[in-house]
Amino acid sequence: MAKKLLLEKAHVEGIRYFDVYRREGGYASVEKALKMEPAAIVEEVKKSGLRGRGGAGFPSGMKWSFLAKPEGVPRYLVCNADESEPGTFKDRYLMEFIPHLLIEGLIVSSFALGSNRTYIYIRGEYAWIVAILEQAIAEAKQNGFLGKNILGTGFDCEIYVQRGAGAYICGEETALIESLEGKRGNPRIKPPFPAVKGLWDCPTVVNNVETLAAVVPIINMGGEEYAKIGVGRSTGTKLISACGNINKPGVYEIDMTISVEEFIYSDEYCGGIPNGKRLKACIPGGSSVPILPANLLLTTAKGETRYMNYESLADGGFTTGSMMGSGGFIVLDEDQCVVKHTLTLARFYRHESCGQCSPCREGTGWMEKILMKLENGKGEMSDIDLLWDIQRKIEGNTICPLGDAAAWPVAAAIRHFRDEFEWHVNNPEVCTTQNYGLAHYADPIHVPA
Amino acid sequence: MIKFSDEQLKQVQELVARYPEGKQKSALIPLLHMAQDTRGGWLSAETMDEVASLLQLEPIEVYEVATFYSMFNLQPVGKHVFEVCQTGPCMLNGSDRIIAHIKKRLGIGVSETTPDGLFTLKTVECLGACGYAPMMQYGITYREHLTEEKVDAIIEECKRDNHG
Ligand SMILES: Cc1cc2nc3c(=O)[nH]c(=O)nc-3n(C[C@H](O)[C@H](O)[C@H](O)COP(=O)(O)O)c2cc1C
Ligand code: SF4
Ligand code: FES
Repeated sequence: MAKKLLLEKAHVEGIRYFDVYRREGGYASVEKALKMEPAAIVEEVKKSGLRGRGGAGFPSGMKWSFLAKPEGVPRYLVCNADESEPGTFKDRYLMEFIPHLLIEGLIVSSFALGSNRTYIYIRGEYAWIVAILEQAIAEAKQNGFLGKNILGTGFDCEIYVQRGAGAYICGEETALIESLEGKRGNPRIKPPFPAVKGLWDCPTVVNNVETLAAVVPIINMGGEEYAKIGVGRSTGTKLISACGNINKPGVYEIDMTISVEEFIYSDEYCGGIPNGKRLKACIPGGSSVPILPANLLLTTAKGETRYMNYESLADGGFTTGSMMGSGGFIVLDEDQCVVKHTLTLARFYRHESCGQCSPCREGTGWMEKILMKLENGKGEMSDIDLLWDIQRKIEGNTICPLGDAAAWPVAAAIRHFRDEFEWHVNNPEVCTTQNYGLAHYADPIHVPA
Repeated sequence: MIKFSDEQLKQVQELVARYPEGKQKSALIPLLHMAQDTRGGWLSAETMDEVASLLQLEPIEVYEVATFYSMFNLQPVGKHVFEVCQTGPCMLNGSDRIIAHIKKRLGIGVSETTPDGLFTLKTVECLGACGYAPMMQYGITYREHLTEEKVDAIIEECKRDNHG
């Protein structure tokens, strides 16, 4: 069993409530941290090697050290609980089962950054989780861990939960800030970065739920100890939400030394593919990251085992690799159609584009239309090249990374599954009722040649 | 014109107090949720104007926000709204079948309401329940691992709820 740092106690009876959480050792990191210098806490987070769990994987300690500290200006910590990347449902799990862990991490982080008003921005659809978090906040406050003069240290902090209202783009940190200010979720042009000019033009740190929860074990065990778990620059544990065609969909806390093969096939994790089907493809880090055919997923292009960590998943770059992303692990079995799956993602990005930049607003619509045409047996060969051309013209030409996020899945689908797209063009009658199947994509390890 | 109740006005004050002085615009989205939840599941122009005056905003500032977010309905909806997720992971687990079944059972298309005003069917994009697919949002709850039989049971539940 891998070591668990976040979900270890998630299923202790009654852990949602303060008394049980406290009895199980909860809030010890607050007691410890509030006796430290804020800068020393930032130092521990740096030493831990923790990387942002929201998708980009940016080193959290470094991000914290960029926070501007002008005299007399408030600073804000905002927790990003917008979680809307298809395939991702790990933050929901953490907040639903062990809400106090997030609140504890938020108190320590707020103290480290000097935030007296901290906001949790949560996607609007998670309405029932708002109630769970507000209950946890109220309990923490009753017990002196929030509010005025916390534990007699003179530190004041309030945490508020703010509900969004259905917009994936509000997960992008500057769009989130706009939304929190009561506006449309249009991302801002950077620089200035939020660390200098964020919420209400004040210095702001935006971090993912899992990132902030990880601050608790880091303070409890010390940054150096934390950094010993995992491998290389992939330190600590990572929550993976696994879905698609697997026997045991759900949220798993892994230490990043296990192989992709073990993650998919072992009973401790996904438990293999249902109904004896074979593995065709997988999107290992949320809908925005490149899809990989089974042969490139389980082993790298060099033929080495691929592991569930930042470096290994990215091995080969976008030509033969993918990304850890948000940890949304989507598995496709042999009966699935890559064109159709890509179409649903293109529709998603078209729907979620905020519309500020022409390449993203227009390009996402065009990609959806062309994919729809191909999927419905009305495509031409030139459509495949057109699709490639459009995604290239979006990538890198927009205000925020949603443009790239929309382009990458389409690019990877064509790169690795071009024959399946061509088959749709060549078999217009058949492709609406049948699937292309596995071809050469099949998992080389579990399928005899 | 419908007015917010005293209880709701108190809640508005509490909301506004969560933000620094002068930043009451931040209460806009929470307030629109409150309005929609208590006024038949949608936001009329009248309601939005009232929200604007409560927060000392121009009505246009409210309209531009209400039109941006997909959870706000700017047209009347049925008493029971089914929002079925159709994104990749749900599709892999048969969301097409669930949508087709609801259409057939209720005799309506996507974004339509039954003539008796009871049901509206909407399709939505990933709701963060991909591991429990196929799924839909119904009220504030998620209904997960959907099958045709489960959908039928939910429809019956709604109908009973309506008579009871
Ligand atoms: C379109 C888009 C959507 C995003 N959605 C989320 C999200 O739902 N949750 C999240 O934590 N980060 C999301 N991010 C990343 C955030 O912009 C930001 O990098 C992150 O919250 C930083 O936290 P971290 O460093 O702790 O990962 C998104 C980014 C983009 C471009
Ligand atoms: S890339 Fe798309 S989502 Fe991002 S700012 Fe531009 S239009 Fe909006
Ligand atoms: S794809 Fe349906 S909930 Fe995520």
